Parts: sequence; structure tokens; C-alpha cells
Amino acid sequence: MSATVAAQAAVSALQLVAACIGGPLLYGLMAKVRARAEGRAGAPVRQPLLDLRKLMGKERVHAEHSSVVLPLAPLVLTASVAAAVMIAPLISTRPAFGRTADVFVVVFLLLLGSVAVALAGLDAGTAFGGMGASRAMTIGALAEPALLVAVLALSLQAGTSNLPGIVAATLARPELVASPGRMLALAALVVVVVAETGRIPVDNPVTHLELTMIHEAMVLEYAGPELALVTLGGQMRLGLLLSLVANLFFPWGIAGAGGAAGGPHLLLGLLVLAAKTAAIAAVIAVLEVSMAKLRLFRVPEILSAAFVLAVLAVVTGLAVP
Amino acid sequence: MSAVLFLAGLGLGAAGAVAGLVLPGQVRAVAAAVLTSSGCGLAFAAATRVLISGNPATARSAAILPLTGVVISLDRFGAVFAATTAVVGVAASCYSAGYLARGHRSRATSALLPLFVTSLLLVPAAASVATFMAAWELMALSSLLLLLTGHRRAEARAAAQWYAAMTHAGAAAILLALVILSAHAGGQSFAAIRAHAGALPLTVRSVVFVLALAGFASKAGAVPLHVWLPRAHPEAPGPVSALMSGAMVNLGIYGIVRVGAGLLGGGVLWWWLTVAGLGVVSALFGGIHAAASADLKRLLAYSTVDNMGLVLTGVGASGALKVSGHITLAALAMTAALFQLVSHAAFKGCLFLGAASVQRAAGTRDLDCLGGLVRRLPVTAVAFGIGAAAICALPPFSGFASEWLLLQGLLRGFAAHGAAIGAVLLAGVAALAMTGGLTAAAFVKAAGIGFLGQPRTPDAAAAVEVGPAMVAGTALLAVPCVVLGAAPGVVLPALGKAVAGVLGPAPAGALRAGIGAEAASATDVIQPLLLAALLLALLIGIWAALRVWARARVRAQAGAGLRLAEAWGCGGEPQTARMEYTATSFAEPLQRVFDDVLRPSHDLEVSHLAESRYFEDAITYHSRVDDAIERGGYRPVIGLVRRWGQVARHAQNGSLHRYLGYGLAALVVVLVVLA
Amino acid sequence: MVTFSIVQLLSVLRSLAARPVTERLPRPPRLPGVARFRGSVQLRHVDAGSCNGCELEIASAFGPVYDAERFGARLTASPRHADGVLVTGVVTRNMAVPLAKTIDAVPRPRVVVACGDCALGASVFGAGYGCAGGVRAVAEPDAEIPGCPPDPAAITQALRALTGR
Repeated sequence: MSATVAAQAAVSALQLVAACIGGPLLYGLMAKVRARAEGRAGAPVRQPLLDLRKLMGKERVHAEHSSVVLPLAPLVLTASVAAAVMIAPLISTRPAFGRTADVFVVVFLLLLGSVAVALAGLDAGTAFGGMGASRAMTIGALAEPALLVAVLALSLQAGTSNLPGIVAATLARPELVASPGRMLALAALVVVVVAETGRIPVDNPVTHLELTMIHEAMVLEYAGPELALVTLGGQMRLGLLLSLVANLFFPWGIAGAGGAAGGPHLLLGLLVLAAKTAAIAAVIAVLEVSMAKLRLFRVPEILSAAFVLAVLAVVTGLAVP
Repeated sequence: MSAVLFLAGLGLGAAGAVAGLVLPGQVRAVAAAVLTSSGCGLAFAAATRVLISGNPATARSAAILPLTGVVISLDRFGAVFAATTAVVGVAASCYSAGYLARGHRSRATSALLPLFVTSLLLVPAAASVATFMAAWELMALSSLLLLLTGHRRAEARAAAQWYAAMTHAGAAAILLALVILSAHAGGQSFAAIRAHAGALPLTVRSVVFVLALAGFASKAGAVPLHVWLPRAHPEAPGPVSALMSGAMVNLGIYGIVRVGAGLLGGGVLWWWLTVAGLGVVSALFGGIHAAASADLKRLLAYSTVDNMGLVLTGVGASGALKVSGHITLAALAMTAALFQLVSHAAFKGCLFLGAASVQRAAGTRDLDCLGGLVRRLPVTAVAFGIGAAAICALPPFSGFASEWLLLQGLLRGFAAHGAAIGAVLLAGVAALAMTGGLTAAAFVKAAGIGFLGQPRTPDAAAAVEVGPAMVAGTALLAVPCVVLGAAPGVVLPALGKAVAGVLGPAPAGALRAGIGAEAASATDVIQPLLLAALLLALLIGIWAALRVWARARVRAQAGAGLRLAEAWGCGGEPQTARMEYTATSFAEPLQRVFDDVLRPSHDLEVSHLAESRYFEDAITYHSRVDDAIERGGYRPVIGLVRRWGQVARHAQNGSLHRYLGYGLAALVVVLVVLA
Repeated sequence: MVTFSIVQLLSVLRSLAARPVTERLPRPPRLPGVARFRGSVQLRHVDAGSCNGCELEIASAFGPVYDAERFGARLTASPRHADGVLVTGVVTRNMAVPLAKTIDAVPRPRVVVACGDCALGASVFGAGYGCAGGVRAVAEPDAEIPGCPPDPAAITQALRALTGR
């Protein structure tokens, strides 16, 4: 019993370390793909890790009228994303607290992180912070229905909302992957992931124009280690969402399925996960380079389109069992 | 024993009302508060005993109400509501002890508040039509009078008018429904009605259900009968708003389930699909308005409409599942709905008390004039923050556990294959998702703009923390938000048994044993306590690592600690409070997205200089988001009634001859008819 | 709605497959105190009264040919996110205080980079009544990039010296 608990804890720890390193690497990969598509050499893939290391060595600065919310928010963001990373089935279907790994739990944990950062944006007492918080909460509010209904479609097909359960159900019936319901849910989820992680066409992560910022505007006041935590939290979130998309729709290679949970299986699971998320990240980066950022008031249109796709996914899944 | 406890609780509440009426100013509020709190405590104890043992607490008296007598029977289902009301009642009374102190004393409020609480405790225990209607009317009248204590303000008077009209129309509908039932049953106790209700033809039962639904849904704040709620809840005094949102709207749900499932025995599918449909529409409408509102208490009121919509969706889904024969799924959905209701009572009560503290301290409830209160009202800010986190369904608070359970209830309901049920469940999940996001936006606005940043007016800058009684009342309700979130297994078995009692009779053994355990095991699956522990451990771990790192840096490099600097404002003037985002601007993107539902109205008045039309003297801009249903649905009806009234006035012109003629004509008609 | 054409996608994929057009540059001399930044420097650019000639060259320096990003340098929007300030233009009297505030907003350790002859105080406009006298009037620059305008390669080399790559 305790051996199993220790093994699960090891898996969770491994997932956390992989997310801490892999999230920034995915960001770096996306930046590299963008750069190459523009004909530039581009920064090395490990550049975000170098940025984080440098930020940890800088001074901490707080705005004068801010309160305890400003330093607390990066902690809450990182803790909530780390908790989601530790319980979700990324490398293996048997992390610690595997029973807690309900897909709705992960969604609400990510919401906790978003709310914390939005409150920090308002705490600085600047116009930019308020603007970023307002826009981020609007987009979050509109992305939420598409996300939950798409996830509902997956849960209905699998018969449970438990994440390892959905992964196991997909592994048991591979023909589900090509079902129309799944494809529609995948389309809806990709749009939602782009919205939640603030990529083009919803938000430009490298913009310098404050009036075009959404996420960046909320964190304008952060410096040093706190900025490093906020950045790391965002990068881990990207890694988590891409890994979940990969594992829910193409779970082959994950350790722990069918009882194989030893060391070599975990290593294989890690490598396969890295490959899958790198592929999805590259695809998203190519899409980013090919389109322009949407006006803020056009974003509800694509999110409602995603919602319609998700509803169709549920209806198709119910009609074609 | 439970009956004795319960009656003693009611008696103490009545004594509190008397104390609030007769005692002199200094001790009035405290004495009334102490008596009401003890009364609530006894009622809570009685309700808990009923929930654990399953024996209803019964009492009967032929004396109090002439001709009909009073029958009180608190069964498990009623006990859930009584217990919830008791907890909110204790917090509200404790709060009122501070709220009605020095300078804000009011004999009327001190006397009526205990009476209101007592009537709220009495309604779920009433077991005959007369008792129920008496308690219902007492609740309505005491809350109306409490609303009228603010009669010097025009908005309070208007709110009281709307409230009076709608609550009495609702009471009339409920009375009609119950009278039809008791006429057929030949007796007016609920037991007699339940026994005979099966013999009624379906049309009569449907008419009864629709009437009862109209009355109770209006009380619960279901769209389109909700228009009194965003007017009345903000205008009521602090503890009264908390009771109205935390305890009174629950009784609307109580009535629907009691009449629909308990007395009428379940009914047909379209009843419950209508309930769920009302729920979905209310949830969306309330969520959108809450996200767009800049008045703190109005935001909370619309959020009540939203949450009650979610509860109605759960109740509707449950009824529909039961009619389709899936009793276990129905019980799970109903348990989830009840848990959402209990959780809502805790966090909404906490939020309303916090908002009342803010209004008392800063002098306004307009979010555009608040700000920076987290330093000035620290404990209230923390309690409000916990309530806000709970309502946004953030782990590990109670709203998360209850919304998760509601999602599970709806998800499992899909197993009952049926197009109508499937559509309603899908709409329920979509509504839950949409309102989740909208609520998060609304409460980031409320907490962020109200409490964080710089104060936007001198009044907000001068605010100080309110008195200890008020702070204690708010904090008291923040505790269940945390406890119910980390350990929902404390209340879920009791809720499950209550649901079994009202949804039965069924394979009762399986139901009673299974459902509480099923609901508890459903939440157990997500192990909320472990999740909370994990989050806390990670939070502390990261914080500790940062501290160690910071200390190492400070030792390595002198002067490398924390620096306080001016907020970055592009190097120009220092950022003042005028430059901060306001609640209206925060809500503007959502308002634009949903402007078909909100229909904001704008007025621009420009006055020109006398010398030339080309130069403006003053420009005034008003922007308002009215309730579109009130403007589009109710005002035309009121206008129509007013026009009919004016037409009918011609018949009443004061001429004695004409009135004598009316009398003669009526006599002739009666003679003709009798002959 | 967003339009997306197959031709566009093919051109993106062709760029991905092709070699980047970025020029190779020789290693620049080391700057004292550079080791603090170890491969990552973010700079906040401040236009303190420039004619925009230097801005165009900075844009080229971050463009495909000279690509300063490959050495770990980046421009950011907020000075709180930055390691230093990249100043162009004679520092006019109106911009002296905002420039000082921007430098103060940067968390330590920080650098000030003066880009172009105007910022170095060596331009033809520097003696005017509206000028405060180059970056030195506000803060001592840690790195200087001479030229009017400086060559993008020179800008990239200066940034590379800061990052130490």
C-alpha cells in the first residue's frame, strides 16, 4: 500500500518537475517556430529558462498603494497550477490523488489562478491593471461554457469525468478517437486553449502596446521573483493544457495503462508526452504566425463558435453512442 | 424532544421581538439579538435532531389560529431549511447587535427582525395550509415593514411597493393552489392532502402546480417573476438583506419541492422541464446582470437570482429524472441542488453582511466610489474575500464542492436517455458554465474594485473597520464557506436522507441507505480535504522557498530587499485614484457583448452658452442598466392597468343618484337570477 | 471571422524549412559587470526626444537580418519587467523627469544603454535650449552605442555584450 502511495507521489513529483521545465521549453519552442517562420534565427529554445533564472536574481518591487494581494497572487497562481499538474494524468495514469483528478476540478483550479492574477492587476491601482483584469475576466467568462461543454462531451463518451478514467476509456476503445463528437470537441478545446493561454488570435503575448494587451497588462507591476512565478505559472498552464489535449485525444504512450507503471514506462511516457506537446505547440505557433490578432470585440464571436461546436459534440455523442 | 426545542426556539424569537419593541434604546438591540440567536440555536439543535433521527418534530394547537388551529411538523426536508435559516439567523442577529447600535437605533427594526427570523423558521415546519399561509404572510409582512424602515428614501419606497405587490400576488397564487388541494382532500393538513392528491385529475394537479410554481418561483427570484428582488434586497437594512437572500429565497425552492414532489407526488415531465427551463433562464439573466452591475448590493441580489436559477435547474432535472423512473439519479440531482442552496446561504449571507459593513463604513454601496478598503476594513475584507471565492466556485471553498456536485448530478442524469431530459441537462451544464465565468467576473469586480487599489472618494479613504459584533457576524458565515468546502461529507448524508424523505415512497431502503452515501461518496471521490491540503502545502512551500531565496540574496547583496515604489504610470504624473478602472468600465466589455439582454440606456444632455450655440456650457451623461424584463414586461402591464383604472373612474363620478341606480340594478339582477 | 488560406500556410512552411537570413556576427568585447545577466537581458526602450532614426535601426536590429533576440536580448513594455533602459534621442527637458522615473522603476541590477550620438550628448542638436544634455544629465550610461544612426550590427553587438552570449 505504501509502496503504491510512494510510487504515485513519485509520479506527481516527476510531473511537477517536468511541467516546471517543460512549460518554459514549450514557450521557447513556440517562439523559435515563430522566429524561423519569420526568417530569423530566433532565441534558443531554452531562453525562457534563462529569463526565469535572471528574474529570480532581481530586486522585488511593490507598488505603493498595493496590499497583500499583490505578493500573494503569484503564489496562488503557481500553487493552483502546480496542484493541477500534480493530480492530472500527464506522464502516467496513476499520479497521487488520482481520484481527485476530475476534469472539472482541473478547470476550477485554473480558474483560481486566473482570478488571483486579475485581482493582482486591480490591486496595483493602475489603469492598465484594471483594463487587463476586465478583459481577461470577460474572455474567461466567455471561454468557460465552451470549455465545460466540450469537457462534458468527453465525459459523456467515457462515462466518467475522472481524467484517468477518460484516458483509460479512450485507450480501451481506440475507434472513439475518430468519432465526429470527439473531433468537434477537439476543435472547441483548441480554440479554448488558445483563448485561455493568451495566444494569437486572442491575445498577443509579445505586444508592447498596452491598449492591445490582455494578460500582459495585469502583470505590468510585477518585478523580480514574483514576475518569475507569474511567468512560470502561465507557462506551466500552457504545458498542462497542451498535455491534457494530447492525453485526452491521443493517449497512446502514457504510462500506467494496463498496469505498466515502472521506471522505463515513466521515461517513455515522459518522452512521448514531450513529443506530443511539442507537436501541438508547433502547430499552434504556425497558426499564430499565419493570422492576425482579433479585435477584442471579435473574440466573443470565435468563443461562441467554439461553444456551438462543443454543443454539437455533445449532441453528436448522445445521438451516436 | 425536538418539538420542545423547536417551539422553545420559536418562543425565544417571539420574545426577541417583544424585547426589541419595549426595551429602552441602549439594550434593545443587544437583548433582541441575544434572544433571537438563542432561539436560532435551539431551532438548529431541533433541526439537527430531526435530521439524525428521522422522527419529525410535531406539535399541534387548536388555539392560536381560530377555526383551523396550528399544525407544526418539522420533517427531514423542512429541517434542512430550518437549520440553514438558523445559522444565517444567528449571524444576522449578531450583526444587528452592532448594526443597530449608537446613532442607528431603530425600534422598528429591532422588533421586526426577530419576528422575521421566527417566521422564516416557522415556514418549513408548517404542516397545514392555514399554518403555512399564516407563516408565509407573517414572513412577507415583516420583511415588507423592515424594508419600509428606510421610507425616507424614494428607492426604498418604490422597492417596498414592488415587493408588496409581487409577494402578495405570489401568496394569492399559492393560497389558491393550496385551497384547491385541501378542498379535494377534505382537510387542510399536508398529510391529508398528500393522501388524496393522487385521486385528482391531471389537469387539476397541473393547474395547482403552475399556481404554486408561480408563487414560489417569484419568491425564489426566478425570471421573469424576479423583478422585486434587485429592488428589495439592496434597499433592505444589512442583516435583513442577508436573511432575505440567505434564508427567504430558499423557501421558494422549499415550496416548489414540497408541493410538486411532496404533496402532488411527482407529476408529469413538462412540470419539471418548465422548472428547469426557468432555472436556466434565471441563471443566465442573473449572471449577466450581476456582471454588469456597479452597485454592490444590486450585484449581490442578481447573483442570488443566478444561484437560485442553478438550484431550480437541479430541482427540475431531479423531478424530470424521477418522473422518467430513475430515482437514484433524481435523488443525486436533488441532493446536489440542496447542497448548492445551503452553500449559497452561507456565502451569500456572508457577502451581504460584508456589503452592509462596507456601506456603513464608506457611506455608499456604489462600487465606483469605493476602493482601498482592504487596508481600512481588513477583517471584513477577508470575510468578503472568502465569500467571493466561495461564490466563484474556487477550490477549496464550499461553492466549488456544491457546483461540482451539481455538475455530477447533471452529468449522471444523461444516463436517463431521453431527448427532452438530455436537452435540459445540456442547457443546465451550459448555464452553469456561463454563470461560473460571469460570476467570477462579477466578483473580481466587486472585490477588486471595492476593496483593492486606491480609494476613489474621500469617504472611502476615511472608512474604518466596523464594530466587533458586525465583524463577528460576517466572519461567522465565512466559516461554513470553508468547512463545507473542505468537508462536505459533514452535511451530505443528512441532505441525502432529507431528499429521500420527500422524493419517496420508493424502494425506500435502497434509497435512504444509498443516496446519502452516494452523494457523499461522489464528493469523496474528489477528496476535497486532500485537495485543500495540497493547495495549502504548495502555497506554503513556494512562499517558504521564496523567503529563503530572498534572505540569501539580502545577505549576498546589501540593500536587495523589498522596495516600495510608485506604480508604473508611463513616467508621467503619479497614478491617482481618478486614473483607476471603475466598476462601470470593468463591466463594459461584458456589457457590450450582452447588450441585447441588458439594453443599457444612455442620456446625454448638452446645454449651450447663451451667446452661441456652438459652445457648450455643461454636458451631463447618464448611463443606466435597468432590468429589461421590468421595463419591457411589467411597465406596459402597469400602464395598461392604469389606463383601465382611468376608464373605470368614469363609473365612479360621485353622483349619489348613479350609485343608487347601481344598487337597484344589482338587486334586479339578483332577483332575476334567483328566480 | 479569421481568414486562412492554403497559400499562406504553404509560405509559412517554406520559411520554416528554409535557412534563416540572419547574418553571423563576430564576438564583441566583454563589458565589466556583464556576468550578472547571464544570457537574458530585457530592455525598455525610451524615446527621449529622438528623430526616430535610431528607432528604425533598433527595429532592424531585432529584425530577421541582425536578430538580437538570438543572443537573449528583448524589448519589453514595462520597465518593471526590464533589466535596463535603452535610451535614444537628446534628452529634452520635458523627458528628463519621465526618463528618470523609468530608470528608477527598473528593478536592480539595472543598466542604462545610450543609443546614438544624440543620447551620448555628441549630436548637433544637443546644445539647444530645450535639451537637458544627453543621458548623462539623468544617469550614467553603462553601455554606449555611437553613430547617427548607429548600425544595426553595432546595436546587436552592444546587446550581445550585455547578455554575455
